Formats: sequence, C-alpha cells, structure tokens
Amino acid sequence: MAQDPMLPRRYRVKRAWSELSDVSTMELEPIDGEAVPFAPGQFNMLYAFGVGEVAISISGDAADTDKLVHTIRNVGAISGALAGVSDGDVIGVRGPFGSAWPVAQETGRHIVFVAGGLGLAPLRPAIYHVLNNREQYSGMTLVYGARSPDDLLYADEIKAWKSRFDTEVEITVDHAAPGWTGQVGVVTVPLDRTLSGSNGAEVSAFVCGPEIMMRFSVMSLMAAGVPEDKVWISMERNMKCAIGFCGHCQFGGDFICRDGPVFRHDQVSRLIAKKEI
Amino acid sequence: MEIHGLGETLAAHPVFKHFDKETLDLLAGCARNEHFRAGQAIYSEGDAADKVFLIREGDIAVEISAPQHEPIIVETLRAGDILGWSWMVPPYKHMSDARALNDVRAISLDATCMRNKAEQTPALGYQMFKHFVPHMAVRFRALRMQLLDVYGTNKG
Repeated sequence: MAQDPMLPRRYRVKRAWSELSDVSTMELEPIDGEAVPFAPGQFNMLYAFGVGEVAISISGDAADTDKLVHTIRNVGAISGALAGVSDGDVIGVRGPFGSAWPVAQETGRHIVFVAGGLGLAPLRPAIYHVLNNREQYSGMTLVYGARSPDDLLYADEIKAWKSRFDTEVEITVDHAAPGWTGQVGVVTVPLDRTLSGSNGAEVSAFVCGPEIMMRFSVMSLMAAGVPEDKVWISMERNMKCAIGFCGHCQFGGDFICRDGPVFRHDQVSRLIAKKEI
Repeated sequence: MEIHGLGETLAAHPVFKHFDKETLDLLAGCARNEHFRAGQAIYSEGDAADKVFLIREGDIAVEISAPQHEPIIVETLRAGDILGWSWMVPPYKHMSDARALNDVRAISLDATCMRNKAEQTPALGYQMFKHFVPHMAVRFRALRMQLLDVYGTNKG
C-alpha cells in the first residue's frame, strides 16, 4: 500500500552544521526503510516534533541517494527548532513534493542559474546535475547575489565551482565593507553582463530567490532574447498540506505545493504581475 | 606596438561606440589616459567633479562613509562602465568616494571641456544625453532594487 502523504517518516540527523549566523544545513538518513528519491527543485515537509511542520526545499544532490540534505534559515519557531537540531536528533519528513527544475531536458543548451540569497539552496540540486553531466550542456553560468559577503551561502563550494574551467560563476553582494574585492551591486548587473556575451536564444534559465529579484532577473533575461518558455522560476507561498488539499498556497488557479514550486515563467507571468496575489 | 589615438580608444568604449568619428575627435580633445594602482583613491566625497572616467580595465569601488562606521562599498564598476555623473549636475561635486580595487586603466574626460563643447555644439550635447542617460538609468534601477534589501526574508 502506498505511503500516506500526510504521515511523516522518521529521519535521524546524521550531521548538522551552521552555514551562516541564521542558516544551518542538515544531512538526514531514514530510520524506517529506504531514502525516497527526489528530483531537483522539490521540497519536503519537515516536522520538528512538538513544534510544527514547515516546507523546506531539498538542497542536496539527487544522485546521492544515501542522504537527504536541507538548508534552513531560522525565521520562526518551527524553522528555528529545525535549524537548531544536533547530530542524532530525530525529525519527521513528508515528501518529496512538488514540481522539479526540468534541467535534464535542457541538454545542449547554455544553462544560466540565477540565485538570490537562500534561493541558491533549492537550485543546488539542479546545479549538481549540470556539473555531473557538464558535457551534455553547451555552457553553464551561475549568477548569485546576496546581501553581504557574510551572507554568501556554500562559500567553499562556490569557490570550487569557480575554479572549474567549464563553469562561469558571478557573485555579487548588495553592500560590503572595504576589503571585499568582489562585485557589489544587484544580481541583474552581472546577469546583464553575462547575457550580453551569450546568445539569448540558446539560454535556458533557472531563477530562484525573492520574488522581486526574480521579476527583475526575468526582465533581464527577456531583454536578452531568452525565450519565455525557457525560463523557470520557483515560487514560494505558505504551504501546509503539500498535496493541494488545504488551499493555503493557492496562487491563482494553481496550488504552489502541487503545481509548483517550479513553474515555467510563461505559465505564471500573468499572475506575478498582479499585486493582489 | 600598435598605438591608438584617443578617438579610437573612445570609440572602443561601449558608451561611445555609436558616436560618429567627427564627434569622437571633438571629444578626444577633452580626453586623457589615466592609470590607478590597486587601493588608490580616485576621488573623495566633496571633491570637484571635474572629470568623468570611462573604465577600460580593472575594477573600482564606489564607497560611502559615515561617522563612526567603516565605509560601505555600494557599487563596483568594471571595464565598460562609466565612473562619475556629478560632472553633469551642479554644483559639480562628487557625492561618494571612488577607489581602485586593482590596477585600473581609464580614459578621463575633462568635465569643463565637455560641458563647454556641449554648450557650443548642441548636437554633441544631445548625443551625450542620449548615451549617458541610459547608463545612469540602469544604475539607478539597480540601486533602487538594492534599497529594497530583498534578501532579508527568503526561501529555504
């Protein structure tokens, strides 16, 4: 009999570590049975027993089936409890849920990832996929913006990606203190530069971050001639049941948990423009 | 070694690539080559905005200082960018600091010379307006987005 999607499974925290002052990452292993495979871009409902449940994107490598990785920012009681777990703790997991980045279908194209802040976490599984299969793509660029140098997620990993000859990585921060020799400015500035040297028609773009940042990034992508049906974004709303039942995450005629969180831009562009939604 | 005149060097800069040769030759009279070492101050807040810099190589940090705070870098500029717009607006004073992050090569255009030529030749003034304003608009749009501090609450 299929697993009840509303019933959490127990997972043990194999390892947990701090990424930033308010962001932690945890590696989980199932206590009951096998780990459930996932696709890049999907999310799980993580349950801090006695506190509550919250939707968190999966940030690990989908090809590494031994572990489930989540990166969490402490923004409230539930995420705070989850961000504060220690090695050996047990939490509940439901999922994976939602749509995926269709990165495996975009072979032969120049893949541009645009990430803002913690939006890099849901994109990381797709980045791993392209890096693991780099010869199948004509190019790969990551443009990543954060608030300050102290807010850059996965800094060591980014350094490793930057050192690859087959990958272009552009990092920018909104502001910095003297001593920072990297770029300062919003993410659209390096994105525009990257796109000015590319053929927009050959680009497939995956964008994740705050909605305003995604809106401006999509404008840059459109202006550079990237086809609208080759741009995907990841939306976020208040997800509760994760199976399109409760209606908390309704977005026009869609439910973000069931029909998203990853949407092709032309499917939701009309709704994004509406201030009331 | 190939030696290029300043008019040709100006023509290679993205902002001036659409200018005709006659206009470029006119502007070349206001231009000179500049070199700044890593860490060197290019100008400071309150200085006379007597030059505009067209960056050819290297990176420049635009900084703002406040008492009892360390300076904040609000923007970095790269090859192809323009540094400084206060030369266009009275009282022609810089409103930030600019510092070379690494070795920078640039062309500076003398502001008084540029303004005089634009007054004498309105067509030149209009050309400058047409090509400088979009550059400024992009920078203002970016700064507006920066002000939103969009990464404050985020997904994960």
